[in-house]
Amino acid sequence: MSRSIVPAGVVLVALLSPLPLRAAPPFELKSLQLDLPDSDRTFPDGPGADVINGNCLACHSAGMVLNQPALPKAAWSAEVDKMIHSYKAPIDAGDVPAIVDYLARIKGAD
Amino acid sequence: MMQPAHPSRFLPTRRHVIAGASAVALASLSRRAAAGMFVDLPLPGGPDSRQITTAFPQKGAMILQRTRPPLLETPFEVFDQGVFTPNDRFFVRWHWAVIPTEIDVASFRLAVRGYVNTPLSLSLDDILKLPAVELAAVNQCSGNSRGYFQPRVAGGEWSHGAMGNARWRGVRLKDVLDRAGVKAGAVQVRFNGLDEPVVAEAPDFMKSLDIDHARDGEVMLAYAMNGEQLPLLNGFPLRLIVPGWYSTYWVKMLNDIEVLSQPDTNYWTATAYRIPDTPHANVDPGQTGVRTVPINRMVPRSFITNVKPGATLPAAAVTEVRGIAFGGDTGVARVDFSPDGGASWQQAELGDDQGKYGFRQWLSRIAAPKKGDAVLMVRCTNRDGVAQPDTPNWNPNGFMRNVVEATKVAIG
Repeated sequence: MSRSIVPAGVVLVALLSPLPLRAAPPFELKSLQLDLPDSDRTFPDGPGADVINGNCLACHSAGMVLNQPALPKAAWSAEVDKMIHSYKAPIDAGDVPAIVDYLARIKGAD
Repeated sequence: MMQPAHPSRFLPTRRHVIAGASAVALASLSRRAAAGMFVDLPLPGGPDSRQITTAFPQKGAMILQRTRPPLLETPFEVFDQGVFTPNDRFFVRWHWAVIPTEIDVASFRLAVRGYVNTPLSLSLDDILKLPAVELAAVNQCSGNSRGYFQPRVAGGEWSHGAMGNARWRGVRLKDVLDRAGVKAGAVQVRFNGLDEPVVAEAPDFMKSLDIDHARDGEVMLAYAMNGEQLPLLNGFPLRLIVPGWYSTYWVKMLNDIEVLSQPDTNYWTATAYRIPDTPHANVDPGQTGVRTVPINRMVPRSFITNVKPGATLPAAAVTEVRGIAFGGDTGVARVDFSPDGGASWQQAELGDDQGKYGFRQWLSRIAAPKKGDAVLMVRCTNRDGVAQPDTPNWNPNGFMRNVVEATKVAIG
């Protein structure tokens, strides 16, 4: 939408006019087609890295986890449990200990 | 009686104009160059380094908290540039990663259905023909400043930039509900957007408001933000605006409104986003058995915007200190500033009132301080007489921080 430059005098007349101002022009919405960036960041190498990369990155990028503070292992266990039970992450029960151990190793506070 | 502050007193100094110019330059840098830029958020215990990203569409330089689903934080210097947060610097928070990236305004429809007499399918043209209203309001994440909770808690590790203030233009939710005709006995209204979880079984993100709140004439459906259509990541083409309430209720890409005859039991209303039903939503770490309620009204907050933590201020000279405040669910009554860690307080001048739900600028001065370390504090009291507390709250989700913030500086 282009904006025309109106001489200042015209604006002044409009502002001082006793007549009701014309209604603002109808708001116009324009369709959008955009791309969102993805992240190719993976979890740092170490025991369990393959398991956490394979289970967690489908739903969220690694940065979310890597920005977390150090937390007790019980807190990490609760987080993984929330991902599975509240957010329905399809994580094989056999993979859970490796994921929790990995998180407690890189972000542990015990 | 306090004189209204001269507007020019609140304008950024030349130094900040230069900072603004460098932000423009930053926005024009290539992704590769921007990828090398980081900011340190002073979060206790860390990690405090975050990448500055310019990779997101319709967004300038933002603090990258998470790429997918996007969590983008507003760099704090933006709040020194005025009370309205520019759309391209406004924070972004999505729960699920399946976010439409193509929205056709001609085919988009908003459904209004459920416990109504006449279900509706409204086009954007239909909505644009309804009476337009405009309102300034702060949109703040429930977990804004979560990174300062001690002990630390899991979640988006935000500094103070998961908030913004905009002029929202749109239509009253009440007008839309009246067109559909809410049936007697309706109890809540549930809002859903176009975003979806990656895993189909996961709970779709939806939020509900009580019917009386939904019909209060203030809750609105916004199609414009600061005079422009909403950026995709802030909820284009329609976003629910719930003035005075936390952002979790401000459903983005809103395409479905369902009037309910029974209280909502969906995960995001019934289980998530709950706070302890205690003063300041405060509990002791490890405390259990506390009754919880859905998070709701915001509480007052205030910030210094022109002095960074660790800055050096001149001794024996007057330094102007300014910032922003908001009252939460009502306007700002007063802002008080302390140059000495809370030992003494002085009432700040307030900038123009742009509406009770918006940011309000404030201005104060430090007069000829002595050399040494100093702690600057600012406290907002809202029009209901609610003031920011002196001690931080704590709860396991890291919600509703509003303690009086302390900024440590050096004088000399």
